[in-house]
Amino acid sequence: MTTAFDPRIVAFCCKYCAYAAGDLAGSMRLSYPANIRIIQVPCTGRVDIVHLLRAIEDGADGVYVAGCLEGECHFLTGNLKTRKKVEYVRKTLEEIGVDPGRVEMFNLSSAMGPRFAEIAREMTERIRELGPNLPTAAKAA
Amino acid sequence: MIVADRKPLAEILEMVSDHHEILLLGCKGCVTVCNAGGRKEVQVLAATLRIARRKAGRPLEVEEDVLERQCDPEYVEQIRDRADRFDAVVSMACGVGPQFLAEAYPEQRVYPALNTTFFGGAVGHGVWEERCGGCGTCIIHHFDGLCPVARCSKSLLHGPCGGSTGGCCEIARDTECIWDRIVQKKMARGRLDDLRAVRAPKDWRTARDGGPRKSIREELTP
Repeated sequence: MTTAFDPRIVAFCCKYCAYAAGDLAGSMRLSYPANIRIIQVPCTGRVDIVHLLRAIEDGADGVYVAGCLEGECHFLTGNLKTRKKVEYVRKTLEEIGVDPGRVEMFNLSSAMGPRFAEIAREMTERIRELGPNLPTAAKAA
Repeated sequence: MIVADRKPLAEILEMVSDHHEILLLGCKGCVTVCNAGGRKEVQVLAATLRIARRKAGRPLEVEEDVLERQCDPEYVEQIRDRADRFDAVVSMACGVGPQFLAEAYPEQRVYPALNTTFFGGAVGHGVWEERCGGCGTCIIHHFDGLCPVARCSKSLLHGPCGGSTGGCCEIARDTECIWDRIVQKKMARGRLDDLRAVRAPKDWRTARDGGPRKSIREELTP
């Protein structure tokens, strides 16, 4: 590639943890890549298989779900259920020749602002290494 | 209900490999209840097929729809006005759906996206088990509501066989021996003597042994 690849990454963030951690990261003036498009959800349990697939289909190079620490979901088990959905999507993508690393699940608490920034950097780096996913179908952000 | 599982993606992709525009058709009947071919499963498979084909450099147009039922001609008729717009129709119903579609639209290519597996029910979230063998002559009342036709690996009517060990069938440790269950239940209810009853041999002509079956209710026919 002649120009640096600037990945587009969609992050589904739980209102009770990851989204609040993102706020904290901002308050702490931590910098993280601007490649992350955050979608706030009331619980990661709201995220469905089709949401993750459609994000990929509509041009995201990577998608991740960030929910509460295991055992600390505000709705008890939403994050555990969605971890299984994320695993399903990863397996599906692998079957059709898409690197499963493009989809990931993270767990953090609302007090973990630095971890939020670290996850954003980690995913951006990972996707940058993997390269564009569906370049011909890429839509303007 | 009829329980089904989605075919492997590789098999579905191979089916539609020569097509460019397909109609992916779900069913709101049994396959919606067993999470194999309802609206959500149609959305997931459609997105997956589109991603796979875009990745392969041969985009596939997928229109998504879900019929009330695919085993009733009146609902199958609902795609009459657009059926010829597609290279193929991929049905996410049980094996009945694609056959009704193929009969209604003889010019159209129709493919099954599901493997129809058994008549059963949900025993837990995401877990279904076989409960009925569709033998055409129900006898479960003789066995305290437990069907040996569907649930015994050999469909024995005078079990258990020598392969029953510790309540499990010899074919797998996670397959229960239904004859063990029947005997245990009869003993617990004090009805073990029921099993001494001599019954006429089962007439298997009402099952598949009698060929394809048909049910006609005169009071309902026009």
